Amino acid sequence: MLKMVKTDQLPGLDYFGALEKAWYYFRKYPIIPVAVFFLLVFVAVFAPMLAPFDPAQGSIRTRHIPPIWLEGGSAQHFLGTDSLGRDMLSRVMYGARIALMVAVSVLFAGGILGTIIGMFAGYLGGLVDEIAMRTVDLLLAMPFLLVALTVVIVFGQSLTQMIILLILFSWDNFARVVRAESLRIRNDAYVDAARVAGASDIRIVFRHILPGVFGVVLIVASLRVGQLILIEATLSFLGAGLPKSVPAWGVMVADGQDWITTAWWVAAVPGFMIFVVVMSFNFLGDWLRDYFDPRLRQRA
Amino acid sequence: MVKFFVRRISFAALVLLLISVFVFSLSRASGDPRNVYLDEYATDEMYEAWGVKLGLDKPLYIQYLTWLGDVVRADFGVSLYHNRPPYDLIKERLPATISLAAIAFCWALLVGIPLGVLSAVKRGTLADYFARGFALLGQAMPVFWVALMAILIFAVELGWLPTSRRGGLNSYIMPALCLGWLPAAALLRITRGSMLEILDGEFIKLARAKGVSPNVVIWKHAFRNALIAPVTLAAIIIASFLTGTVVIEAVFAWPGLGGLSIDAIKNNDFPMMAAIILLFGVFYLLANMLVDLLYMVLDPRVRLE
Repeated sequence: MLKMVKTDQLPGLDYFGALEKAWYYFRKYPIIPVAVFFLLVFVAVFAPMLAPFDPAQGSIRTRHIPPIWLEGGSAQHFLGTDSLGRDMLSRVMYGARIALMVAVSVLFAGGILGTIIGMFAGYLGGLVDEIAMRTVDLLLAMPFLLVALTVVIVFGQSLTQMIILLILFSWDNFARVVRAESLRIRNDAYVDAARVAGASDIRIVFRHILPGVFGVVLIVASLRVGQLILIEATLSFLGAGLPKSVPAWGVMVADGQDWITTAWWVAAVPGFMIFVVVMSFNFLGDWLRDYFDPRLRQRA
Repeated sequence: MVKFFVRRISFAALVLLLISVFVFSLSRASGDPRNVYLDEYATDEMYEAWGVKLGLDKPLYIQYLTWLGDVVRADFGVSLYHNRPPYDLIKERLPATISLAAIAFCWALLVGIPLGVLSAVKRGTLADYFARGFALLGQAMPVFWVALMAILIFAVELGWLPTSRRGGLNSYIMPALCLGWLPAAALLRITRGSMLEILDGEFIKLARAKGVSPNVVIWKHAFRNALIAPVTLAAIIIASFLTGTVVIEAVFAWPGLGGLSIDAIKNNDFPMMAAIILLFGVFYLLANMLVDLLYMVLDPRVRLE
């Protein structure tokens, strides 16, 4: 007879008790991703105080110093220096700032825009819904990267421009999911009650539907962070995102590309940072979704 | 069925039209469109000639139609950097991109879908963890970084493969693997998800109960039904290759369309970029139609609609 037994109750496994328990918690809760997230926020906020050097200041004499664990590394420059002798650790710290700032501002604006559009599309239905959803389809069909590249050719690079472009291409996800939620909520009794009581459409949407979709919005946002950081890094790498002077991770990898044979860490370190951060956010997003709203699996 | 097709084709046409309007408005957005079509070495006569060609003395919609007429006849002006018509350049470079994308696509399909099925069937085993790890890495690592690290390890340190540029078959290995990893990961996840869902269904239980062999249940009963989601994704993947190749070609100095777009960005070459983005729009349309055809083969319900 099979019975569900918790691993720490199995007599033979007592031996591994503590390890098993740790493994159990690691699998149940996203401990590492949360730690990475808090570290990232902490570093991003306090970068000016934490960074040992000025990220933009370098000198010929400190050029291409390897990270501390390699031969020739110096204790002063923990992650080594780049081709202009700038401290990699400081640059990575400031890079965290940019990655987080872009992701947060885009998600905030895109989330608000997408939520409003999605709520009205779902609640009102009809023509509004049709227009909103066809626009979403159109956006999905546009090759974003190429659009961004073309815009950069005409207007040049800037942080604001990139954020605006990313917002224009990131509200659709929110709109689709929020619309589906609103469709469900609009038939609930309390919405009918509000309508009977004479509440206007705008009031119903913001007072009665918004609280119901809020959780979904947060989950979609957490699922999108990683992608956004990747897109921003890719654009910056291609020279279509942030200007060269900004210590963004994508820009740093592009800098390191030319020195891959002699100073590989210049490209490896910031790329690794992108990888760790994106991986953590993806984990966190998946976990939040599965924990709070498994139905979203199919939709988001 | 006809209705379905007409709807899909008209949607794709709308996308293309939108891209063309977008490109057109960008060319006018910086004031005089001659600024984006001619460089600083252009003579006054050239300016005059382009003014007439673009119809700058006419209303905007006539300008758009004039421009669209040129575009349809593959006249995109002259690339500022290469000093040749973009269409000729694209024709030259197209094979390099298509062959790379085709190999990457095959590898994504051959790895993503079988691994997805395996990981769903053997849920919770080592194979499942391996497959999911493969997918997680593919979705979190920036493509350009993976490509650089691959060059560092396999070309610089080990010397097994050429660092970059298009040559023999072994020059395809790294670019194609890097380009295909993310799509393979996405296919794997979606195949796994839909397989898990379908393996849970009543008709699978029935098939098993009546004694159908496990392999037939997996491949004939479950897999065929689970294939619809990955096929939809395949269309998106083909479209995403168009942008993925830009990144990969930038890293591997691949002489394809991506390389052309990189040159175009670095040199503010608007006519070139406009040609590329419009061409990609056409590609997208074709990829979508292909998938619609596949749909009808896979899902009889579409045929009945």
